[in-house]
Amino acid sequence: MSDLKISNLHKHYGSFHAVKGIDLEVPSGEFTVLVGPSGCGKSTLLRTIAGLEDSSSGTVEIAGRDVTWARPRDRDIAMVFQNYALYPYLNVKDNIAFGLRARKFAEAEVEKRVSRAAGMLGIGHLLKRFPRELSGGQRQRVAIGRAIVRDAVLYLFDEPLSNLDAQLRDDMRVEIKRLHQELGRTMVYVTHDQIEAMTLADRIVLLRDGLIEQQGSPLDLFERPKTRFVAGFLGSPKMNFIPATATETGVALNDGTRLDMPGRSGMKTGQAVVLGLRPQYIAMAGQSLAKGHARVPVTIELVQPTGSRVQATMPLGGASIIAELAAHDVSRPGERTEIDIDMTRAVIIDPKSEQVI
Amino acid sequence: MSATRRSPGMRLAFRYLAAALITVVFVFPVYWLFIISFKTPDEIFAFPPVWYPKSLQLANYHVLFKDGDAATVGNSLILASVSTFFAMILGTIAAYSLVRFKTGGENLAVWIISQRMMPPVAIVFPLFLAYVFIGWVDSYVGLIVLYTAFSLPYVIWMMRGYIEDIPLELEESALVDGCSRWEVLWKVVFPMARAGLFATAVFTFVFAWNEFLFALVLTRTEVTTYTVQVTHYFGGQSNFWAKIAAMSVLGTIPVFFTVAVMQRFLVRGISMGAVKG
Repeated sequence: MSDLKISNLHKHYGSFHAVKGIDLEVPSGEFTVLVGPSGCGKSTLLRTIAGLEDSSSGTVEIAGRDVTWARPRDRDIAMVFQNYALYPYLNVKDNIAFGLRARKFAEAEVEKRVSRAAGMLGIGHLLKRFPRELSGGQRQRVAIGRAIVRDAVLYLFDEPLSNLDAQLRDDMRVEIKRLHQELGRTMVYVTHDQIEAMTLADRIVLLRDGLIEQQGSPLDLFERPKTRFVAGFLGSPKMNFIPATATETGVALNDGTRLDMPGRSGMKTGQAVVLGLRPQYIAMAGQSLAKGHARVPVTIELVQPTGSRVQATMPLGGASIIAELAAHDVSRPGERTEIDIDMTRAVIIDPKSEQVI
Repeated sequence: MSATRRSPGMRLAFRYLAAALITVVFVFPVYWLFIISFKTPDEIFAFPPVWYPKSLQLANYHVLFKDGDAATVGNSLILASVSTFFAMILGTIAAYSLVRFKTGGENLAVWIISQRMMPPVAIVFPLFLAYVFIGWVDSYVGLIVLYTAFSLPYVIWMMRGYIEDIPLELEESALVDGCSRWEVLWKVVFPMARAGLFATAVFTFVFAWNEFLFALVLTRTEVTTYTVQVTHYFGGQSNFWAKIAAMSVLGTIPVFFTVAVMQRFLVRGISMGAVKG
């Protein structure tokens, strides 16, 4: 059973084609994250699901009912907006109760639900305050409270954390994930932040230029990207891309370095390819437990410690790559050392089609 | 360099003196109007002038109420209130439509405000003939419709600016939460634009309150407004200064209280528009 089904959805703004034919089915209870760079159509898609934008063609079904032309209030959805959308002239309690009162709930029921939602979000003591008296994080909790107080089929989140500072964003992310586990409701969440997408999602739908580039579980997309775009978008630091040529046993970099690939397949010998290496799959020589790693000498150019890890920049095969090493592996630029590359995790991309081979 | 600088106490005293002088210049005419309305005829024409009367006698007001002249203030009140009410409702709805649904494209709003530029005197006589034809001369409905129509462009123009300032997300959130468009207007747009609504309403009210030309041409005896009534006291032979003053005071009081009560919203509403530019 799916709570949301989108078929061949298109959206035009004048001559601009924002959504170019999207098919998407979201199973009941799943947390789906729509992610992509700005302008990829993810917000437009969400707003079309909500009924805040009309679709140019295609259909939207919510809980098995065609709502393509239904008004937002007839879709049985609740939505959390980027800028909280709290009414400044209402206190926290009335803000949370707004949707219930608009739907003519009995006042006793409103009381009960508001206090339950406020309790879940830890804002029970703020009910009498006005939005201007709240911090950013508290406002966002109220905005979420206003959504969960309703028994909607589908909960929509439009970049709800992008206005918060980093620390608060981490806390609220945990909060949202916990809420999803407790409520077990179907949620669709839009973000441009790949870390939010990876951490929150049961399923990531990665959009690019109005089309779905790839969808699947976070690990699926991380480990088995289908295109260079997906490989580069997910993961931090970003995947390294190095131009190379296919050999009989693996690949050769432009400086002649040969890297053997166990289980090499799909490449024609002599074919120009792009080698994709995640910084996490590069280690100091001798530390990698993976079989089939390739050892290469390098000179460290730049060192960025992040605490438990260190991001080291180094030239390799004519490109500049980043490796994520253990904290004390390298200390200063100019150091000459050897690294092990886990070639079983390497991704080979056809530079013409940008598809992963 | 500090030789010419006065002490802070002197500077403050100088400022207060200047402020007091300016206040006197502006307040004196108002004071004079009020004080004449309480004077006897002898005191009014006395020379040197009587700066303040010995007793505040109310005979001038008494005459106005006895003859029914004071009722014209009531007429003005009805005309201004009712026309303001309708202009605000219709104008706000129209402004909402212009902002959110882009009704009439980009230029309709400019076309609407351009209606304000027409000199009223250019249409007052054609309008008089039309009103004679439909029997609206000297009636409440005639002036209410006219004042409403005249205020609408201003209300639409002002409210358009205030509504543009309301974050779209607030309305969208209400739509998702279960409101219809009318409910959004009532529960989100009106409260959000409250300061602007009040400020616009005050100016609309004052416009209708002070309107003279249409009231003069389109009324006779039934719904004479106080502005027209005051002119009746300017005679060919003599001017009834006592009545003029007393009537003017009666006409000032309602506006004075309206502005006093609304002042808080007025300042905020006007500055809101100012920031918007």
